[in-house]
Amino acid sequence: MADLTIRNLKKSFEDIDIIKGIDLDIKDHEFVVFVGPSGCGKSTLLRLIAGLEEVSSGTIHLDDRDITDVAPAKRDLAMVFQTYALYPHMTVRKNMSFALELAGADKAEINRKVDEAAQILELGHLLDRKPKALSGGQRQRVAIGRSIVRHPKIFLFDEPLSNLDAALRVQMRLELARLHHELKATMIYVTHDQVEAMTLADKVVVLNGGHIEQVGSPLELYHHPVNAFVAGFIGTPKMAFLKGKVEKADRAGVTVKLDCGPEYQLPLDGSRLKAGESVTFGMRPEHIEVTAADASPFKVTLDVTEHLGADTFCYVKAQNGETLTVRAGGDYAGRFGEQVGLTPDLAHCHLFDEKGRAVPKPGAPAKAA
Amino acid sequence: MIEFQWDWDFAWEVLPLLLDACKITLQATVLGSLLAIVIGLLLALLRRSKWKAVRYSAYWWMEFVRSTPLLVQIYFLYYVAPEWGLNLSPMVTGVLALGMHYGAYLSEVFRSGIDGVDKGQWEASIALNLSPYHTYRDVILPQALRAMIPATGNYIIAMFKETPQLSAITLLEMLQLAKIMGSENFRYLEPFTLVGLIYLVLSLIASAGIRQAERRFPKEGFTLS
Repeated sequence: MADLTIRNLKKSFEDIDIIKGIDLDIKDHEFVVFVGPSGCGKSTLLRLIAGLEEVSSGTIHLDDRDITDVAPAKRDLAMVFQTYALYPHMTVRKNMSFALELAGADKAEINRKVDEAAQILELGHLLDRKPKALSGGQRQRVAIGRSIVRHPKIFLFDEPLSNLDAALRVQMRLELARLHHELKATMIYVTHDQVEAMTLADKVVVLNGGHIEQVGSPLELYHHPVNAFVAGFIGTPKMAFLKGKVEKADRAGVTVKLDCGPEYQLPLDGSRLKAGESVTFGMRPEHIEVTAADASPFKVTLDVTEHLGADTFCYVKAQNGETLTVRAGGDYAGRFGEQVGLTPDLAHCHLFDEKGRAVPKPGAPAKAA
Repeated sequence: MIEFQWDWDFAWEVLPLLLDACKITLQATVLGSLLAIVIGLLLALLRRSKWKAVRYSAYWWMEFVRSTPLLVQIYFLYYVAPEWGLNLSPMVTGVLALGMHYGAYLSEVFRSGIDGVDKGQWEASIALNLSPYHTYRDVILPQALRAMIPATGNYIIAMFKETPQLSAITLLEMLQLAKIMGSENFRYLEPFTLVGLIYLVLSLIASAGIRQAERRFPKEGFTLS
């Protein structure tokens, strides 16, 4: 069992609130990813869980045990650091066994645990090398191995892939996913890369300015963001936001007139909106179709096109100067300055009120964290 | 009139005596260095204490020692300390004064060496439940040592060249003996030149040793256990 319960957790540095009263439940075996922009408090939250920072107020429980003020090593957690923090003067074997040796564990038991971890992480042939003789990915695996030998209840990862190159990041992402299934462990993972969050997590926690914006599965966040911040943060390229005004709104739907020209009727519950209210219309690049200019009321000018093989990303400008990104087919060949039309898939479009809150679909009200 | 012509016979006559006195100089340097390293390390650790009072006390002690001349400290220990019942021999006084004085300088060397170790190493040690003793002994100091070698070596060489100040409290080290021989024979050229050469040769050997130690020392540190 490894359930983590966080209640009203706060952290201040002098007079600045970094973590502003967080409530969070993490269940046994879950892979939870904390994601958010730089300075949102995700690393601080992880360090509070690890015990590397002192809690200002609130509680952290591991199963039924209050660990808020417990020393880091007594929490039964293991942390993998962004810089790996391997001991450069020790071999891989020594790095993995060192803490156990100092704890007075039995020599045979230590060797068994190290060999077991080395086998899981395919480090067997590297045990006698020092960290300087290892690649970035190998160092990362040693850092994970150092955690595995301790058999912790929860693994904590602080941006562990940020020092690796793009190809290695993909490979390590797959290895971490495999490791999670193999160890059946609870893992908490911090990243600013939402691709990592989407691909690894069972549950994503989106943080912003020291509080939680939304908690949910990756697809939940993608399809049902509770506000414009989450909508803009999740998804690559990011969602396009266009300003508009409500023409008509009721439980059955909302009619929106965009500042850049077109008018759309959305299948959303507009009962809390009023006619004339300012709103933000959101649509993802993959939910927009590029058409001929005369085939759509939504006319834009092509700016830059990026050909990525399977996809082409078109950066376009609306008539009022608003910019958005559209995902077209790999063979799409638009020219700079060309006028084209856009047809959004209205079933997948989003609407946000003046406060940035999502307008829910009928019968499915969006819940903030 | 004092003669300024080199006398080989006199030089060969005084050299063994000067080399004998050199043992006193080296003894004071070696013991002073060991004490300075202990004091320096202690001050460096105290300056990293979580208690403000301890940090400030260590800092001001270090500043006080560094801001007063070594000779004043030597005189104080030799002539003033007995009034408080602390009677020390010239050698013990000299070693104590050199150790205290250079310990204050070395504390800064050690502190910067320790501060140079990546912050993650501390946090990993905390997370892995290493005691402060094991964190310093097995993780931090082995990595910090390489950065400390050059400056530590330079201070030890400087200390070696400061030992003549101990003659002020009647310690018969090399330079004091050369002065006595010069005044007895009215020949200063040979003893002082030889003393200068002995200092030069030993300093060059020490410098080469330090450079060699730095080169041979593994970049990533070494493991004690």
